[in-house]
Amino acid sequence: MKYIDEFRNKTLIKKTTDEIMRIAPKDNIRIMEVCGTHTQNFCRFALGSLLPSSIRFIAGPGCPVCVSDQNYIDKAITLAKLKDTIILSFGDMLRVPGSVSSLEKQRAEGADVRILYSCWDAIKIARANPKKKVIFLAVGFETTAPTIALTILAGKKENLQNLYFLSSLKLIPAAMRYLAQDKKLNLDAFLCPGHVSSVIGTKPYEFIPRSYKISCCVAGFEPLDILEGIYLVLRQIKLKKPAVVNQYTRAVTKDGNPKARKIISQVFKIEDACWRGLGKIPQSGLNLKDAFIKFDADKVFKIKPAISNLRPLSRCRCGDILKGLISPQDCPLFARLCRPDTPVGPCMVSNEGACNAYYRYR
Amino acid sequence: MCLAIPMKIKIIRGEFAQVEAGRLKRQINIQLLSSLKKGDYVIVHAGFAIKKLDPEQAKETLRMFDEIH
Repeated sequence: MKYIDEFRNKTLIKKTTDEIMRIAPKDNIRIMEVCGTHTQNFCRFALGSLLPSSIRFIAGPGCPVCVSDQNYIDKAITLAKLKDTIILSFGDMLRVPGSVSSLEKQRAEGADVRILYSCWDAIKIARANPKKKVIFLAVGFETTAPTIALTILAGKKENLQNLYFLSSLKLIPAAMRYLAQDKKLNLDAFLCPGHVSSVIGTKPYEFIPRSYKISCCVAGFEPLDILEGIYLVLRQIKLKKPAVVNQYTRAVTKDGNPKARKIISQVFKIEDACWRGLGKIPQSGLNLKDAFIKFDADKVFKIKPAISNLRPLSRCRCGDILKGLISPQDCPLFARLCRPDTPVGPCMVSNEGACNAYYRYR
Repeated sequence: MCLAIPMKIKIIRGEFAQVEAGRLKRQINIQLLSSLKKGDYVIVHAGFAIKKLDPEQAKETLRMFDEIH
């Protein structure tokens, strides 16, 4: 397929890895990616086997399902138990364990929980079920935020009275700031996410090399893209000139998609948000503006997650994995108690979760 | 869930377009982009086109790989 096959070309991959070998420093280099598709494709194409052993490629908090905190899942479960309610969600969310249950278990017990490919379908479902409360679990990063904003605007235009959104939308550069400040992580470089950057552009990363001397490269998702992204950060490290370089120029520009960014800011305001594993990060989440309050499930239903203090995931190390402090294999549960068919933590649930990808392609 | 793939625009109907990639065909929302036309490739994410692909830049990237030294 166009724009895919040519970026999997073996000859070019060989050339790029040869160059990586040539310029890679002997000292250990820590490169973190913050995008689930990078995690998945790095494992799927076994790119680690093509890199020198001095390069440690770390999967960061790039999977929206994995970073949704337990509180959020508990709230969604509480909503699913309400009478005359339809919960709509992207598929991965259903199996994420909350404190004591999951949406999948609620569905088995009779709750109306449906999987959507696109949030736009929420409009049709709300229209077709005027007597039900239709609640969409708005989870994702800057790539997903404009699609949800547009759906909310359409719901307002149509004056739908039964459509609600429970927002856990998150902002990647804010999490990168948090990770850049972590001395324990000691990062040399970030591989910035391709499609988040299609929307936000490359400018929002500029503070990272400036304030933290960490090299950045926005990279695409095919093997050649990822490898060249790695080459481009290694070159910055070698020259000791950290900057933001754009490898994915076919889909990312400096300004991103201004129309999408405008729609996001029309509907959402930036607030502090809780990330699973990382905790509360200032100015890292998107919530509905007051003008859209009647669509805000949090405000309308005023749900309190009943059991947020319980920590049944005691031995689960997803938090440390999301921070890049350990690899999935270092978790005592990995591939033993915790597997894709019986996930204990969120990183094993989603295809884009680090544990899931490491399990499937090990 | 963040999987986004390049798809080719076949037909445009107002705020929606018919797109395809290989044998996969979809109806998508194109309100997040302006001035698209038939034959353009777009990145499709969760039923929405989020960015038009730049064919010249794609060629440029491939050339750069070829000329790395």
